[in-house]
Amino acid sequence: MVKVEDLSCGYGKEIVLKDMSFEVKTGQFVGLIGPNGSGKTTMIRAISGLLSPQKGVILLNGKPVSRKRRRELASKIAVVTQSPEPTPPFSVEEFVLLGRVPHWSRFQLLETKRDVEIAERAMTLTGISSLSGRGMGKLSGGQRQLANLARALAQGPDLLLLDEPTAHLDIGHQVHIMRLLKKLNTEALTIVAVLHDLNLASLYCQRLILLNKGRLRSAGHPKEVLTEEIINEVYETSIVVKEDPYISGPLVFPVQ
Amino acid sequence: MCNRNPKSEIPPGHRHLRVGGRNPKYYTWIGWTFFLITILLGVVVFSLAVGAVDLPLRKAFFLLTKGPGTPEYAILFEVRLPRILLGLAVGGGLAISGVILQGMFRNPLVEPYTLGISGGAALGVCLNIVADGPRVFGPLATPASGFLGAMGIIFLVYAISARGEAIRLSRLLLIGVMVSFMASSLIMLVMAVTRTEDLHGIIFWIMGSLEEPSSSLIRVTLFISLGGMMLSFLFAVDLNALSLGEEEAFHLGVEVDRVKKTLFVIASLLTGCCVAVAGIIGFVGLVVPHLMRLLVGGDHRILLVASYISGAAFLILCDTLARVVIAPTEFPVGVITGLVGGAVFIYAMSRKSYSF
Repeated sequence: MVKVEDLSCGYGKEIVLKDMSFEVKTGQFVGLIGPNGSGKTTMIRAISGLLSPQKGVILLNGKPVSRKRRRELASKIAVVTQSPEPTPPFSVEEFVLLGRVPHWSRFQLLETKRDVEIAERAMTLTGISSLSGRGMGKLSGGQRQLANLARALAQGPDLLLLDEPTAHLDIGHQVHIMRLLKKLNTEALTIVAVLHDLNLASLYCQRLILLNKGRLRSAGHPKEVLTEEIINEVYETSIVVKEDPYISGPLVFPVQ
Repeated sequence: MCNRNPKSEIPPGHRHLRVGGRNPKYYTWIGWTFFLITILLGVVVFSLAVGAVDLPLRKAFFLLTKGPGTPEYAILFEVRLPRILLGLAVGGGLAISGVILQGMFRNPLVEPYTLGISGGAALGVCLNIVADGPRVFGPLATPASGFLGAMGIIFLVYAISARGEAIRLSRLLLIGVMVSFMASSLIMLVMAVTRTEDLHGIIFWIMGSLEEPSSSLIRVTLFISLGGMMLSFLFAVDLNALSLGEEEAFHLGVEVDRVKKTLFVIASLLTGCCVAVAGIIGFVGLVVPHLMRLLVGGDHRILLVASYISGAAFLILCDTLARVVIAPTEFPVGVITGLVGGAVFIYAMSRKSYSF
């Protein structure tokens, strides 16, 4: 679905990502991991078309992302960014309905019945239907993230990009969001998520891509990426990796 | 916190959102629109009826049928009505400029004058009066110089902040504020060296007034103001997306840079015209959008319409008060908009929890 070829990009003269190449296949759930400042958010921005590549190319279904029209792209790729600071002056339902905007014609001003239905389905799926009339400012952090996710789903995307969807959430909400993503993934949604929690990444992702200092350090099944040697080197710390017999993936623990 | 009235959880304007069937939100919007139009019409009738010469309403309707010729007819349709029309154009225009800019910058303190438009216009008029423009070029020289001044400043602000590909909004705002300060310093400089009789003209223009003798100028302003309203309405959905932030709007398929530029031009043109004709009438563009956000909610599809109508009603009402409070002399209308607008807004803020 997404093919990144020899990509270099960044902000102005500052190049963040260097010579990056990888592929995300349709139906995969990919975790993007790496230390702070390794270029994960920039990678999400590049795939979503917000940053144009300075070198190389990003292909979405075989066509360069940077040459697609905005609305067309937004109806294929939905992005959940790290929640923006000021609260939008909308109710949850209005907020989720904004996800339908990419499907509107240029001068359409009113949502159709179908838009409302799709938004409602997205809210049911994320379990926030009961909040639909509430103002966005009155949501808890977890509810707000669910609303962000519902809006992204209302876009009806083929590819969902998430930037730290579990940041600042308690463990209950973290697991809730990850399970939801897993469920959506089995229903044929391709997902690329930036994750900081290596154990969550290991538990839920089929494939991990580890970035370090703007370069691809390692990519593959969690077992191949989350090894003591690689993680200790990249994060400059000391951890141990344990394989739990009851769980499919390796788990990472810090040592004193 | 927990035993709060559940109704207060529902944002304004959406109390009937979930009744089902065809989206009832639209009926609420139509209701608000009619309500505000009724208020506007009430204000217009009131403004027609009161003044230095009292004209009872019955008499006004009688005059309509009797036709021109009488002095009352002249007062009504050649003195008061043009003022009302200009109030409509300027009040509405400033209010939606405020909505556009506040929505775009996501900053509650931005108003049409923040970007230096008023400073530029005032500087233009100042120079024009000092250079004896009105005597050389006729009465239209004042609005023309105001407009040129406003556009000059806007062009400058835009050119400085648009270096490179995209305009950065925070930069635009800061440069606007700085240019605004520089313009007011220049105005003070000009005023310091000018003759006393010119000073009076400058101060009066800066205080703002809806007194405008040229009926064709009023017509042009009305046309631009209504046109700007319709044009910006086409960007209502983009403004909704932009109020989530620029990056979010981008991900929702909005051509962020093009939309920002277009909206900036619309707001500048509207404000430039209003300021050029009516002088600097403060507060309308700041307070009306906030009040309407409290009343009808943050969706720009209704917010723009509601703000236009109520901005017009607000300015016409303030101008009427300015005319009658110490008749036959007049207050500067800016005094009334500031006092009334500020008081109403503080009251509304203290009554209701409000997040921008």
